[in-house]
Amino acid sequence: MKHARVLRGVAGVAGFLAAAEVVGATGLIDDRFLPRMSMILRGAAELLVDQEFLADARASLAAWGLGLLLTVAVAVPAGLALGALPPVERAVRPLIEFLRPIPSVAIIPLAILIFSDNLHLRVAVVVYAASWPIVINTIYALQDVDPLAKETLRSFGFGPVSVLLRVALPSAAPFIATGIRVAAGTAVILVVSAELLAGGAEGIGIYITEAASGNRMDLMLGAALWAGLFGVLSNTALVAVERRLFRWHDVRTGAAR
Amino acid sequence: MLEITDLVHSYGSHRVLDGVSIRAAEGELVCVVGPSGCGKSTLLRSVAGLIRPTGGRVLIDGKPVDRIPDNLAVVFQDYSRSLYPWMTAANNVALPLRRRGLDRQRRREAAMAALDQVGLADAAEKYPWEMSGGMQQRVSIARALAYRPSLLLMDEPFGSVDAQTREDLEDLVLRVCAHHGMTTLLITHDIDESVYVGDRVVVLTRSPARVAADLPVGLGESRDQIATRQLDAFVRLRAEVGRLVRGGSSTSNVLEKH
Repeated sequence: MKHARVLRGVAGVAGFLAAAEVVGATGLIDDRFLPRMSMILRGAAELLVDQEFLADARASLAAWGLGLLLTVAVAVPAGLALGALPPVERAVRPLIEFLRPIPSVAIIPLAILIFSDNLHLRVAVVVYAASWPIVINTIYALQDVDPLAKETLRSFGFGPVSVLLRVALPSAAPFIATGIRVAAGTAVILVVSAELLAGGAEGIGIYITEAASGNRMDLMLGAALWAGLFGVLSNTALVAVERRLFRWHDVRTGAAR
Repeated sequence: MLEITDLVHSYGSHRVLDGVSIRAAEGELVCVVGPSGCGKSTLLRSVAGLIRPTGGRVLIDGKPVDRIPDNLAVVFQDYSRSLYPWMTAANNVALPLRRRGLDRQRRREAAMAALDQVGLADAAEKYPWEMSGGMQQRVSIARALAYRPSLLLMDEPFGSVDAQTREDLEDLVLRVCAHHGMTTLLITHDIDESVYVGDRVVVLTRSPARVAADLPVGLGESRDQIATRQLDAFVRLRAEVGRLVRGGSSTSNVLEKH
């Protein structure tokens, strides 16, 4: 069954690529604006040995990793504090609900004014944008922890901090992990967007800008393709980690995997 | 050992406990039986220090319960919610022992010993969700035993298992409570069970709960699922408790007729 699913996915992607190629070949779309699929794929393959692109990719990856790490370090404790202290949560909630819907990309111009270092700038916008899903998931997960699970530990004389760390945090962990996974995807978008808007010396966004100004649509889209693939791969990796760590959660919720 | 005096509790204007007084001597197993929703769980939570009653007093070994006592363990009905699914059976049992200041090795040994007592020595490395309901409740009981409480509280401990498992667990509780000389307060809505397991049966009235009767069981130490339930004394007492739970008055004359 799993095989059939993978096969269908592969068939879907292959079908799309073939269709795009055919449309390009018929001349329906001017390939100066949108290169044929085969050219994009060739461009993407060329990038793998392009030292300049690889340096840019490494720079973006570093900003992404650092940003995500810092996001987790900030957002998880913040979510725990807000989830564990309802009065504080009620006080902060309106602010969160106001800031969260603002498209995160819209704060990049502000960040450009504040940060002179490009790495700092990218990390800062990642932390701002990617914190929301983690904070929100952590708050909800903590509020949803089974009261009986907490009461059980309390009945053995454990204090509120012990109950938070030994019951609430492990119970909430699967939901926090999902928040981190969503945040990882958001972070990719923010890193590339910040590079496109703020410029700088290194980064996939910088490479895309330069390829576009050099009229190399194939390389530009090839670079975008790699950024997308990276998002897919990091998501897949995090799903695998979640399944491994939280097997107990899947079994309990009866998630068919 | 346990003295509950004039316990009163209200949720807002809704009075749940209306002056409940129960005593349990050292090593005694007292069953509290009453109609569903009569406030039995509120009573247990007050004794455990999980809620602060509106009025009245709870003394354990002469000391008032004003916060959660450290010589007490609770077994809840809902084992699937009260065991931690991210931990193996052994780790679930060992967790509360951190409060006892035992090191890792000693916690592990105590957990294994308790699991052995409930017949789960081979399942120590299993996760709760890999076990049947009866096995999970055995783990909960082992967790309480390992903690070595002087007072064991059980809230409908056999309410979520099948009939056969229920009988096994009843006998298990009788055995381990006698073995450890633990004072036990067992809350149930099951009349038959209260008589079978208890040294004494305290019957509560419909909400707001008061003590309708406090009956000694007097069936002796050893009990047998088949033979004990056939005894005249058992049948009579069960009938008496049943009438009281249904709201009848204490009919000791019925007892005298036999």
